[in-house]
Amino acid sequence: MSDSQYRTTIQQVRQTILSWLEKRVAEEKLNWIKTTGENLMGEPEDWELFTSFSAVPRHTGKAMADLTDQEKAEADAQRAGWKPGNWRVDDLGRVYLLLCYAEQGKEKFLDRLEKIFITSDMNEAVALYQGIPVYPWPESLKLRAAEGVRSNITTVFNAIALDNPYPKEYLEQDPFNQIVLKALFVGSPLFRIVGLEERANATLARILVEYSQERRSAGRVVSPELWRNVGPFIDEEFEEDIKWVLSQTDRLQLKGGVMALLSSDYSGKEELLKEHQDIVREIEEKNITWDDIGKEFEAVSG
Amino acid sequence: MSFESMMFIDPHVHMVSRTTDDYVAMKNAGVVAVIEPAFWIGQPRTNSGSMLDYFSWIVGWERFRAQQFGIRHYCTIGLNAKESNNEKLADEVMELIPRYAAKEGVVAIGEIGYDDMTKLEERYFGLQLELAKKFDMLVLVHTPHRNKKEGTLRSMDLCEDYGMDPSKVIIDHNNEETVKAVLDRGYWTAFTIYPGTKMGNERMVEIVKEYGSERIFIDSAADWGDSDPLGVPKTARLMLERGISKEDVRKVSYQNALDAYSQSGQFNEEDWLNRPLIDQTQTYNGNTVLRGGSKPFIEKKGSDKDDLIIE
Ligand SMILES: [Zn+2]
Repeated sequence: MSDSQYRTTIQQVRQTILSWLEKRVAEEKLNWIKTTGENLMGEPEDWELFTSFSAVPRHTGKAMADLTDQEKAEADAQRAGWKPGNWRVDDLGRVYLLLCYAEQGKEKFLDRLEKIFITSDMNEAVALYQGIPVYPWPESLKLRAAEGVRSNITTVFNAIALDNPYPKEYLEQDPFNQIVLKALFVGSPLFRIVGLEERANATLARILVEYSQERRSAGRVVSPELWRNVGPFIDEEFEEDIKWVLSQTDRLQLKGGVMALLSSDYSGKEELLKEHQDIVREIEEKNITWDDIGKEFEAVSG
Repeated sequence: MSFESMMFIDPHVHMVSRTTDDYVAMKNAGVVAVIEPAFWIGQPRTNSGSMLDYFSWIVGWERFRAQQFGIRHYCTIGLNAKESNNEKLADEVMELIPRYAAKEGVVAIGEIGYDDMTKLEERYFGLQLELAKKFDMLVLVHTPHRNKKEGTLRSMDLCEDYGMDPSKVIIDHNNEETVKAVLDRGYWTAFTIYPGTKMGNERMVEIVKEYGSERIFIDSAADWGDSDPLGVPKTARLMLERGISKEDVRKVSYQNALDAYSQSGQFNEEDWLNRPLIDQTQTYNGNTVLRGGSKPFIEKKGSDKDDLIIE
């Protein structure tokens, strides 16, 4: 039916979401979702789509869905890299209804979806952007996803930027790089951006180093996660910057610098690491990953 | 209950035209929630796209902006009377309304009604009453400045022709001439404290003295004109000073608006009683109402008695 990334079918994705809703929503409310979904697969008028999409929280409430580990595994089994772990119950309901409406075919679905995006309020926008990886015809949603990256509301930006496999799969290098830089800028954790390593590139490394220089001259802290995408591109040009990181007293910052060097094949690497053998050992013994660095920084920067 | 601890609702105010200073002042004066009725914005709209962006603005960015100052923001969606006279625009806007009507925090269809009492105004007023019935929504009616009494009576007639229950309709911008008829027919009866053109607050004190506090409430309708976003708290204070009971003051400046609009299911006291702390991390530093390091709230000043009267 589409150029989607489903490992199964859209019917099974819908069934899976419905099974999650069954465990979280009272029967009468669930019936509303089911009946509405069936109607949207039939011959609905436009206003029925628009009003029911908006009205979902009136029926489901707005609690976190708190999917179990098994349910998260089901998500990934339906669509590789789909991570609805931070979704709310109403997000599930809204995306379910859209996937029902997708039965109307490509042209109608994409047209109405864009209309819903255009008029969305903040919570709707979050649900819409989080849902992007499971919509059919994802090839046609690149401009919309890039628009989400430009949102000036952080929760909306996070919905496309974090725990979302769509950007790494579909966005060009420039918008992908913007995601990383903007995440740093607004204080969103980089480790929740899907595909950081795969999409690492020299342009991004340079952008990040320049950003670190700006922050440095303003006397502001930079996230140690910044060096994650710089590591593979370290050469003479960045040596001064890495030296600066390694001159910090904060141990987490030092770890970021050391991790970056460990991932590089820069010729001056051993020389730079000499004074930091204790940290190298700690990283090896405890098997510290970039995700650990990101989580620790998130915890201390609150 | 001291005046300082009172909470206020301004159930009619056009915050898109107001500055951040106004938000700060309103918050400091005890305003906890505002309702922003869709209206015209001074400069006439020439295409429905500008209405679409406006609707998105009042359910989106403006709500978000209000939250940054600790005020809960709701809105009504509708085609105003003045712009109903542009038929092409009006038809297109009618198509937009269902795309917004069921959103969270949309508490009514409004403000709709008459301006010059033309045929087109009546047509779109009626069509929107029909929509309100279809979506089971409340209606906020704007009554005209000119020919107010006749316009108000005709507005109520039309609501009843369309089968609206008066308890689901708020008739706004009332004055001494209209208050009795509107109350008698069972509608929510709102008064706008607006310098010059609508009600002054000393007149408002007299109205409450005469008609009591049942189904009556006040708003500022502050907008792009010379208006006062503190209309509600200032009038409440003046009422207390002029001997109206605290309970009555609470009703007309808070409780009745809450009772009227909570019928929508979209206007709940818990929203502001359990308001999340103002969260700067929700903002994007590059383009937000709060710049890095700025403090949103200024010191609370003792209010100046000379400022209290709005004529
Ligand atoms: Zn108004």
